[in-house]
Formats: sequence, structure tokens, C-alpha cells
Amino acid sequence: MTDLQFLTWVRGPGLDIAVGIFLLGVLWRLFEIYSLGRSKDLSAPRRTPGASGLHTVFRRSLPPPGMLKCSPVSYLGGYIFHIGLAIVVFGFAPHILLIRNLTGLSWPALPSQFVDLAAVVTMAAMTVMLADRINKPAKRFLSTFEDWFTWAATFLPVLTGWMAVQHLLLPYTAMLALHILSVEILLIVLPFTKLFHAFTLFGSRWYNGKVNGHRGVPV
Amino acid sequence: MQGSLVDAFARQGVSRRSFLKYCATLASMMALPPVAGRAMAEAMAAARRPSVIWLPFQECTGCTESITRSHSPTIEGMIFDMISLDYQETLMAAAGHQAEAARLNAMQDNAGKYLLIVDGSIPLGRDGAYSCIGGRSNVEMLKEAAQGAAAVVAVGSCAAFGGIPRANPNPTGAVSVSDIVKDKPIVNIPGCPPIPVVMTGVLAHYLTFGSLPELDAKGRPKAFFGETIHDRCYRRPFYDQGKFAKTFDDEGARNGWCLFELGCKGPVTHNACATAKWNGGTSWPVESGHGCLGCSEPDFWDAGGFYKALSLPADPLGIAGAAAVAGAAVGVGIGFANRAKQGAAKSAHETTTLADLEK
Repeated sequence: MTDLQFLTWVRGPGLDIAVGIFLLGVLWRLFEIYSLGRSKDLSAPRRTPGASGLHTVFRRSLPPPGMLKCSPVSYLGGYIFHIGLAIVVFGFAPHILLIRNLTGLSWPALPSQFVDLAAVVTMAAMTVMLADRINKPAKRFLSTFEDWFTWAATFLPVLTGWMAVQHLLLPYTAMLALHILSVEILLIVLPFTKLFHAFTLFGSRWYNGKVNGHRGVPV
Repeated sequence: MQGSLVDAFARQGVSRRSFLKYCATLASMMALPPVAGRAMAEAMAAARRPSVIWLPFQECTGCTESITRSHSPTIEGMIFDMISLDYQETLMAAAGHQAEAARLNAMQDNAGKYLLIVDGSIPLGRDGAYSCIGGRSNVEMLKEAAQGAAAVVAVGSCAAFGGIPRANPNPTGAVSVSDIVKDKPIVNIPGCPPIPVVMTGVLAHYLTFGSLPELDAKGRPKAFFGETIHDRCYRRPFYDQGKFAKTFDDEGARNGWCLFELGCKGPVTHNACATAKWNGGTSWPVESGHGCLGCSEPDFWDAGGFYKALSLPADPLGIAGAAAVAGAAVGVGIGFANRAKQGAAKSAHETTTLADLEK
């Protein structure tokens, strides 16, 4: 199989399989999770300012008092790499083209040099966070295989995409194919790992906020 | 510098100076040192005239057209004056048994020394019966001719990689030269057709140094196929700025913006079009407003469509809809099962243990 054949495969059958498993997994898990439900809380709600699902959705995006100093790498690194990922995924012209093709939605692209910078910053932040996870005994203790695996599954698409654009290590065609393959692996594992937080994040925050809000606790 | 070739050129209105300039250009295009231009000119003028056998197989003659009719009068075409082209169906006067006899004679007289040029793919289906010359299949002729060849030059994408005949579903079972010939040095000069100067560059290199130029992993001369169209494209700055033509007649197209969104395969295509250009340096596909088709890459015909951008799916997504429905059905099914479990636990007054929470 030549580089171009490999690329055509990942753009064709590979993408079809990956998107299929992704959609299957996402809908499966969303239906499963949201149909779980909970028994109705019959107690009278205690109203407290700032205690609601919506408040929690936003509040959980900010570090609780004192935590930023206690664990700066987690918060700052987390912010930087999530924003960086968003810039790279949604700002790069070829990505927007794919999204337009699949969904019909499109928006103006960012200059590729800026996206390139965002990719480098994202990878740096992710690397620092990985080092922190290895170095901090508590974090290391709490880490399971899934944590290391999902880190790699997220990091590889950024790395291979950046290397393809920069023409590093392998010919562009092969690296582009590896990039698309790594994204396909990410799509396949996303619904079945903690990466599914991309879909459940706000729902679970709302849920927690609502339960605690009912008890009058602004979390 | 004297020689029959120089005289022949003079008769056709090509001065010695033009010839030297041409050789210097060839040398610089092949990234050879400046003195190589002079060496090339001398070697070609000396006209050692090595025997060349050109076998046309499953092809359209576009490659021959490209080299002979690039522009007129063409120095590329005159390269034929410095070789002894003993067999070339399109160009030779002989026909039928005479032509076959000329080929066999050349092969016998120059055994182990002649250069074999092949254009066209080799069909293997039905014992090679899809393409025969003089009642003999292409694969048979290639094996026979390759045996005594010093080297084989596969001209055009069909000979180099199978090309259009090999496109899915490949009804004739077409393969490339390198699929058949394993024990001889092979140079692939792909392109549909290849750039004339690339063909002459390889021949000139062989005549001058007696060896083949440095090749890449796909057997292509690195000097011409070392970089992608995209990397050498004059429209590249627009790609970097995110300025793309969306249709062939919009403002972006008129402003000469990048053709990536219109399906240009420049980023994955290795060729010299952007630097050598076509028709005597007049223009090249991207300059004339059409994206690169990727014709110098293996299986370019089946690479997902000429007008589909590289970042788009090569085929329409087939299973996505069914997968989404299946996913929703599984989710709803498990949802009902969970509800039933909850109901059963409730009616049995089961309590939640710590172990349950760990699940």
C-alpha cells in the first residue's frame, strides 16, 4: 500500500467506519445516561442565591478559592490545552471544510500560522500536564490506564497534524494519513472513555447543581 | 564543441549557444553542479548514440506526444537525435514484421547495453491478451526486452504505477513495469503525461554519467520529484492566509487564490510542474486555474475525486446513518433494561451498598 492509497483509505472506508462507531457510541451512551433518571426528591426545595444547575455549569469552569495556587498546572494547563484544541480543531481551514462537508456549517478560518502556534502551545501544555501527572504522587496514584491512553489519543492527532503541516519525519502524504487515522482512533474511543465528557460535561454539571441547589447548597 | 548532434541542431535553427543553455538548465534542474551542464553538452554532442528500445504497451501515446510535441522546434524532441531509437512504434517508419525484426536486431546487437523505455501498463488478465503487439502479449515482450537491458525507464504513470488502466476495477489486471521486472535498475518518470524536460533530463544524465540519477522510494528521480507541487506553488501564500477559491469563477479564482478547496492534490503530489512548467515554460495546470490532479502519484485516479478537497471524505459516508439509528436503539434498549432493573430493585426493597457505588 502506497502513501496515497493509505491516505485514500483513511479518507474513505476508514472515516466511514470511525464516524459510524462514533455516532453509534455517542447516541448509545447519551440515551443510556439520560434515560437513567433518579427518583423524585420529595422534600421542599431550599432556595439559596447562586444554587442552581445553570450556576454550577459556569461555576465549575472556575477554580474554587485557593485551588489555583494549590494546583496551577491542572487549571492553567487545562485551560490552555482545551482552548488550543478548540482553535486547532475549529479554526484550521481544512478542518472547517470537512465540517462544512459533513454538516453544512462553516465559518471563516484563522491564518494557518496562528493555528500552527496554537498547536505548539497545546502540545506544550499537554506535555507539562503529563509530566505533572507523572510527578505528583497523588495524581499518579489516581491515574489508570484510561488516563494515559486518552492523553495519547488526544495528543497524537495534534502532533501528527502539526508534523504533517511542518513536513517533519515522514512525507506529507503519509503523515496526513497518520493524522487522519489518529483522529479516527480518537473518534472511535471517544464515546467509550472519559473523553465522553465532551458531551456529558454540561449535563452532569447541571445535574449536580440542580440536586445540590434543591438542598440549598451552591456548589 | 563539435559533433553530429550540434550540426543537426544548427540545421534546425538551434544554435550551439541555445544547446549549451539548455544543458545548463537541465543540469541546474537536476541540482547538479554548474560544470555538469558543460559535461552534459559534451557527452550529448559526442553522440555515443546508445541503443534505445521504446515499448508502448497499454497506453494512449500521450507520453510520446508530450516529449515530441512539447513546443516547436523542440530540443526535448531532438533528444531522439542523440540516441539510436531502434524501436518506437509511433515514430518509426517500419511496420509489421520489419518493425519486430528491428527490435530483435537491436536487442541482439546491443545485448546488456541498451536502454529500455516503456510507456503504458502491462495487462496480466487473460494471460495478457488485452494488449498484444505482433501477436505477443505485452508481459512476454517486456520480460524478453528487459533481460538484455542495461536499465529500464518507465515513462508515464501507466508504466510507472499502472496508471489509468489500473484504476478500480482494473478490468485488464494492469500492473506497472516494476511489478514485472525485478532484476534491473528502473527509473519511474510518472505523470499523465510526464514533463518533457524530466524525460530528457534522465536520458541526458544517463548519457553523461552512464548511470541513473538518484531516485526516491517510488523510483522517481529526486531532482524532479523531491518536492510537492504545493511546496513550490506560487499560490501557496494564499493557502497560508486561508484565502481559497470556492468555485472556478468566483472572486477568489479571479484573484488567483489557492485551489485547495476545489480539489487540488498539490499537497500530496511530487512533481516539477510548479518549477519546470509546461509548453516551453508558458504555464502549468494551477497557473491556468485548475487544481493539480496528482497524476504523478500511484493510483491518483482512485484518490477520492479530482474536485474533492484533500480534507474531505473520499467516499460518501455509508454506514453513518445506520450506525446512528443502531446506537440510539441500543441506548434506548439499555435504558429500558435499566428502568426494569430499578423497578425490580425498588419493589424488592434492595439497598445500595458501597460496592454498588464502586461499579
